[in-house]
Amino acid sequence: MTTPPSQVVLSVEDVTIDTRPAGRKPIVRNISFDVREGETLCIVGESGSGKSVTSMAVMGLLPKDALQVTGGRILLDGEDVLQATPARIRELRAQKVAMVFQEPMTALNPVKTAGAQIDEVLRLHTNLSAAERRQKVLHMLERVHLPDVERIYKSYPHQLSGGQRQRIVIAMALILRPRLLLADEPTTALDVTTQKQILRLIKELQEEEKTAVVFVTHDFGVVSEIADRIVVMNRGDLVETGTCAEILSNPRQDYTRMLVASVPSLIPRCVPVPANPKVLEVVALEKRYGKKGLYRDRSVLAAQNISFTVRKGEITGIIGESGSGKSTVARCVMRLTDPSGGAIVLNGHDIVPLRNLRPMRQHVQYIFQDPYRSLNPRRTIGQSLMEGLLNYGLRETEAARKAAATLELVNLPAEVMNRYPHQFSGGQRQRIAIARAVVMEPDLLIADEAVSALDVTVQAQVLQLFEEIRARTGISILFITHDLRVAAQICNTIVVMQDGRIVEQGAARDVLAAPVQAYTRSLIDAAPAPDWDFQNFRPVSRAL
Amino acid sequence: MTQTPAPDTPIPPARDLPEMDSAAPDGGFGALVRGVLSSWPSRISALVLGAIILMAVLAPFLGTTDPVAINPALRLQGSGPEHWLGTDSFGRDVYSRIVYGARISLAVGAGTVLVSLLFGVFFGVITGYFKWADIIVMRFMDGLMAIPGILLAIALVAISGATLTTVLIAISVPEIPRIARMVRSVILGVKNEPYVEAASVLGTGVWKMVWRHMLPNTVAPLLVQGTYIFASAIMTESILSFLGAGIPPETPSWGNMMADGRTFFLLKPELILYPGAMVSLTVLSVNMLGDVLRDRLDPRMAKRL
Repeated sequence: MTTPPSQVVLSVEDVTIDTRPAGRKPIVRNISFDVREGETLCIVGESGSGKSVTSMAVMGLLPKDALQVTGGRILLDGEDVLQATPARIRELRAQKVAMVFQEPMTALNPVKTAGAQIDEVLRLHTNLSAAERRQKVLHMLERVHLPDVERIYKSYPHQLSGGQRQRIVIAMALILRPRLLLADEPTTALDVTTQKQILRLIKELQEEEKTAVVFVTHDFGVVSEIADRIVVMNRGDLVETGTCAEILSNPRQDYTRMLVASVPSLIPRCVPVPANPKVLEVVALEKRYGKKGLYRDRSVLAAQNISFTVRKGEITGIIGESGSGKSTVARCVMRLTDPSGGAIVLNGHDIVPLRNLRPMRQHVQYIFQDPYRSLNPRRTIGQSLMEGLLNYGLRETEAARKAAATLELVNLPAEVMNRYPHQFSGGQRQRIAIARAVVMEPDLLIADEAVSALDVTVQAQVLQLFEEIRARTGISILFITHDLRVAAQICNTIVVMQDGRIVEQGAARDVLAAPVQAYTRSLIDAAPAPDWDFQNFRPVSRAL
Repeated sequence: MTQTPAPDTPIPPARDLPEMDSAAPDGGFGALVRGVLSSWPSRISALVLGAIILMAVLAPFLGTTDPVAINPALRLQGSGPEHWLGTDSFGRDVYSRIVYGARISLAVGAGTVLVSLLFGVFFGVITGYFKWADIIVMRFMDGLMAIPGILLAIALVAISGATLTTVLIAISVPEIPRIARMVRSVILGVKNEPYVEAASVLGTGVWKMVWRHMLPNTVAPLLVQGTYIFASAIMTESILSFLGAGIPPETPSWGNMMADGRTFFLLKPELILYPGAMVSLTVLSVNMLGDVLRDRLDPRMAKRL
């Protein structure tokens, strides 16, 4: 992947970005890097590292009242973007730089058709006639490998899938053949299989057009797939730059080392648990949304014929892409959603017919995906932790003692009981949410994408925490995730779901190492960088 | 193997405590008051409103005479040392009536806010939380909202007779659906928040859930809505009195005074202007405070508090 010396497209020289009015500490400090023609540069970092702010500065998109570039130069084909007039920047955005954002739904206008939105770009920046423009747009849609381009042209964003929307956004970005493409986490909101396709698409278009690409991401899997060179950022500082191979196989800095090593391995680690008593047995579970009409069936089967068991001390993973029904199953088990059929046997009792859920909820607890929204912002950590205990009649002093002890378990000091959620980082909040569930001493813990919103290093900590809690309390965990790497780290048993059905299930080492079904295999293949062992900084040795 | 493998376990989570400087949550009543009093218009409004409240409370000690004492010999007098703002068509002291009238107006304002909030929040919570209640109660509320408030108030007063209590109820009833709808929408919105689901997973009961996790979200919009209701209640009371459907005519209220002064407007316009000015001042300052409150409590502004 070595590029011959070619022209530098973007050159960021010693850039410092500060809050306005100037704060205590600049957001980004003295960053320098170059991007050449036809090269992909990945900016990698955890949340808060300043990677997005840097890319926004290149586009001239920094919020004027909040952030400003206080030092350095950003040269685009030799022209300093920071000195350019607003009119010139608009011109540059059209002809030289284009941007692709994380969430394609919000990047597109919901009340205009996909075709009209791409057409608008041409109308504003070229003198082509309507017919020529249409021709060009359709051609571009074909180039991003969309099927049935005539129909797509006339479709509104909500009629398209996430992957198709992101293709539209890419088409829009590249139709004017910019010199530089800035992609800010463009695949983070997509499923793995779609992500793989989008990455391939960007690579392909880039090779045709010799576009320079700056790819901002937190995911080292994605990085290893696409990057020529890598810039690692941490808290506003540039930690390390190097070629993809250098960074992945021989990182020089400790921080980079830790970051790379935090990427969970695809190799399943856990063996099946012995034949412990069953904590949860789901039998032929079915969930139908909407009602069957008299003439037409408008209902959607979100889950059908779902059967699996979770034994004591076992971590069972349900994996699948979005829309596969994995969350529906989890919510049914918690009875946050009422199942339409089947049985959910918890500790020997079917909980489907239950009307009073209180006694059952003592034994099952749920951890939500978003730690920012699952804690009531108006209540202190202590109040949140003690709420469940008090509900089940524990005395206040006793509850406080238990809550404090549980906080220690998740590695937070007991003094934080009087703090409010907004004073904690995402990872800390998720640890608090876990403590809130664990303090109830449930038999079964349901973790619904509980680590998906977290940075890799934090993710690794939280996964380890789950492992510790399981070892200490013998708890069973139902672990819902879309991330095979995470599942491989923590699950004993794995259930693979697709379109509301179970495709394959079995011990993690069997399902992940030797999948029987084609769908499971495609999921594993789509996982970024399946053949790189991040922990050991070398390719995976297939000998197990 | 030439490279050193990374440690088996990830780096243990540092027991990094969040910075202490933000430890004290800057919220609560004190911060709100400070926020509201941060600009001049709101300071003036608060000052005016404070003065009017003080006037109502201290009415007997402000050089007033009996506001209902009739003295036909001294009808329609101008301002003078005896009667500071003159007398009305029955020879009653206008100044005293305005000072005592503040009591009625403020009582109607505060009473309406209290009554409509009480019932509005109750119905809002019921309809927001329970689907069956939503269908029944909200249709009834829709019906109430379809009738113009004044018309409804006149009808209610006409049925039950004019006393302070009936007028208060008559003004409150049309406000209830507004509050109920607002509370309902907040409850509906917050119902699917993960933290509410999390609380239900922890076995929190319905009423505890509403009180702890849902109602706190309604405080800000209710506070703002409350100020508007306060202002509009004072207006409505005046209008009702002016139309002769309000508080009994001998009771000094600003609306009554304007109604009485109507026939003498050409002869002595002050009879309407003085109480009218008081109504305007009160309503204006309450509305101003409401605006400032709304800006302050807007979640997008909250960070700057």
